Amino acid sequence: MANFVVDKNGIKRYLVTIKVNGNEYTKMVKANSLLVNFLREDLDITGTKKACEQGDCGACTVLLDGKPVNSCMVLTLSVDGREVTTVEGLASNAKLDIIQEKFIEHSAPQCGFCAPGILMAAKALLMNNPHPTELEVREAIAGNLCRCTGYVHYVEAILDAADSQ
Amino acid sequence: MYLPDFEYFNPDSVEEACQLLLKYGSKAKAIAGGTDVLVKMKKELLAPEVIVGIGQLSQLKKIEYVPGKGVVIGSGVTHNEVQNSKVLQEKYLSVSEAAHQMANNQVRNLGTIGGNISNAVPSADMPPILIALDTTAKIVGAKGERTLPLEDVFAGPNETVLEHDELITEFVIPDGSFTGSTYMKFGLRASGALAVVGVAASVQMEDGVIKDARIVLGAVSPVPVRAKKAEDFLKGKPAGEEIFAEAGVIASGECKPISDIRASAEYRKDMVRVFTKRALNKAANEGHV
Repeated sequence: MANFVVDKNGIKRYLVTIKVNGNEYTKMVKANSLLVNFLREDLDITGTKKACEQGDCGACTVLLDGKPVNSCMVLTLSVDGREVTTVEGLASNAKLDIIQEKFIEHSAPQCGFCAPGILMAAKALLMNNPHPTELEVREAIAGNLCRCTGYVHYVEAILDAADSQ
Repeated sequence: MYLPDFEYFNPDSVEEACQLLLKYGSKAKAIAGGTDVLVKMKKELLAPEVIVGIGQLSQLKKIEYVPGKGVVIGSGVTHNEVQNSKVLQEKYLSVSEAAHQMANNQVRNLGTIGGNISNAVPSADMPPILIALDTTAKIVGAKGERTLPLEDVFAGPNETVLEHDELITEFVIPDGSFTGSTYMKFGLRASGALAVVGVAASVQMEDGVIKDARIVLGAVSPVPVRAKKAEDFLKGKPAGEEIFAEAGVIASGECKPISDIRASAEYRKDMVRVFTKRALNKAANEGHV
């Protein structure tokens, strides 16, 4: 269990060290801190979006130790010592990930709010299954809702990314 | 949405977790994946003052075959770990496939099988197939441990027979004589839907004759129920579409569904008829459990 200090109201604040997109951050958090809020508010890494906040929409999808999870349902304390990748971690050396390139090429995002989550779900898929079928792509992003209902271009872009990598 | 303040404990063992749950009683809640408890807290349906995190207890994270005992599934494994388990894919593909039908990928990476069972939602996908395979649950509490058939763990919607200080630590699917099993879920979408009806069936076939069968119905009663009249009807009968159809009609009369936002009681009853028939057919013909 992480070290903690008790504030003047008797609330404990725990010291956690979490690797986000390759950088280690050490912060004090309360037990009720959720990973999505930790990323957005404590670290100011706001690419990860909040929408339903109950595990239905997938807007807050991040990779936790390489696996896609809804960061709105993860306690920050349970991530102490672990590794998180957000949408900001996809590009390296100012070069976009192939999935991001294909999202642009296919004009896949419409309003774009679901795009960070879908990018992370797609990234997780292609890391484990570099050449998925269309059904596997649809299944991989089934936990991500797009209110513009623009799923077709996302599926095409992800399939194209798989073919191009 | 933010969570209210609570005290958090991260015990190193099941025993320590049980002691904490005993100490704090109804003020405490154990969480593993958090996909149920944290959401209920956000909706203000639950307000525990103490949370005992058991999600990282390595002793709950195994899936293994123990000769003479059966397949042991730790309660802390996630649905995706159940789905991807080589042991389960080889021995009980139906369990692996049932885990895959739950929610979506992101949730399956968090939610644990112990949580799915302990939460006791009538429409849960794991109970029917596990009950159909005669699974037992090992329950550990501050004062000792006990083992129950999984079907006896459920007490009502969102209710189990577990005491405040008790946790399910593992499920055991005993070596059995079933030759085929399956779980069929009927939801209103291809993914992320709760079951309108979930039917698990397991059969023991011998030369085309049904020696034994289990039919377990989910989402159509306060707890997952066995269609025992339909099971008895099948014993000794030759496998075939007509026999399975008749078993479906009998099973349909054995459930007590409610009408809700997803389906009416009448519709659910009729879908039990259809899916019992299909599940039996699949279990009898697929050639694996």
